[in-house]
Amino acid sequence: MGLEAKLTDDGFFTTKLDAIIEWSRKYSVWPMPMGISCCAIEMMAAGDPKYDIARFGSEVMRFTPRQCDLMIVAGTVTYKMSHVVRKIYDQMPDPKWVIAMGACTSSGGMYRSYNVVQGIDQFLPVDIYLAGCPPRPDNLLNALIQIQDKIGKTRAKDFQDIKLPELTVLQSN
Amino acid sequence: MDLKEIIAHLLKENFPGVNVELIEYKNELTLRVEKQHIVKVCKFLKENADLQFTLCEDITAIDWAKRKNRFTVVYHIFSLKSKNRLAVKVDVDESDCSIDSVASVWKTANWHERETYDMYGIKFSNHPDLRRMYMPEEFEYYPLRKDFPVMGIPGSLPLPKK
Ligand code: SF4
Repeated sequence: MGLEAKLTDDGFFTTKLDAIIEWSRKYSVWPMPMGISCCAIEMMAAGDPKYDIARFGSEVMRFTPRQCDLMIVAGTVTYKMSHVVRKIYDQMPDPKWVIAMGACTSSGGMYRSYNVVQGIDQFLPVDIYLAGCPPRPDNLLNALIQIQDKIGKTRAKDFQDIKLPELTVLQSN
Repeated sequence: MDLKEIIAHLLKENFPGVNVELIEYKNELTLRVEKQHIVKVCKFLKENADLQFTLCEDITAIDWAKRKNRFTVVYHIFSLKSKNRLAVKVDVDESDCSIDSVASVWKTANWHERETYDMYGIKFSNHPDLRRMYMPEEFEYYPLRKDFPVMGIPGSLPLPKK
């Protein structure tokens, strides 16, 4: 059973640090539910007992960006809202991932007009584009599994020499 | 007397010099007035005991693109007492793209007029707080005008840095 089966009589085993970090990171992806419009309903459904996102270790939806690893952008992003989305993304600690959930976030969707950003990849690095209007909850789970695969492929050296983005600090008088 | 006759009669009695036109189409009544009279006519429609158009449902505009008086401002008002609905229409030309605000008559007009200003660029004089409603403050165009492209003007709305 589980990890214990690997333990020998001596009570220790050897592994690579990369492997153990990646393994623990993979099953504790905490999402930032950036629910802006209708897609957010399906995102909530992914958290209910029927689809149960907890099976993948991601049930802890944090409403503060400082405790999140994964941003699920679920909904139509207008130009006015894009600044808010970016600000929240900037506040998340590295390493972080982004799912563009639904047609709207991926490409503007049916809102082909002056006020909707035609794809959030214009201002955010996106890891997974999720098709559908809205995507079904199981599709969101599929995206999450793909994010886990991606996390499984990251190595510690990917984060070395990484440059942190400069944040604009608001000063209160 | 039906509503059309009542309004025509009352307006004629109280505002002898004012040109008004009443049009009935498919049971919907429209009142056309000139723009310099809009505030006093609206105030009268609201406060007259027989009419009592106390609810301002919406204020919007129409852009006719090439017509001489390019814009028409439309006020949809409703009387809770007699359950009558009335549309008040006022023509505004592009050369003098402003009209007096009716926010002093109906408080709801405040936001409706801000939206109309945001989308059509019609200035409402004496408005308490004429700022844009939906678009960012520094946006320079008026999206619902007919000469505004559907996909917007590239670069007019800033995106965050990647
Ligand atoms: S993709 Fe469809 S369901 Fe999702 S936010 Fe856009 S319109 Fe709504």
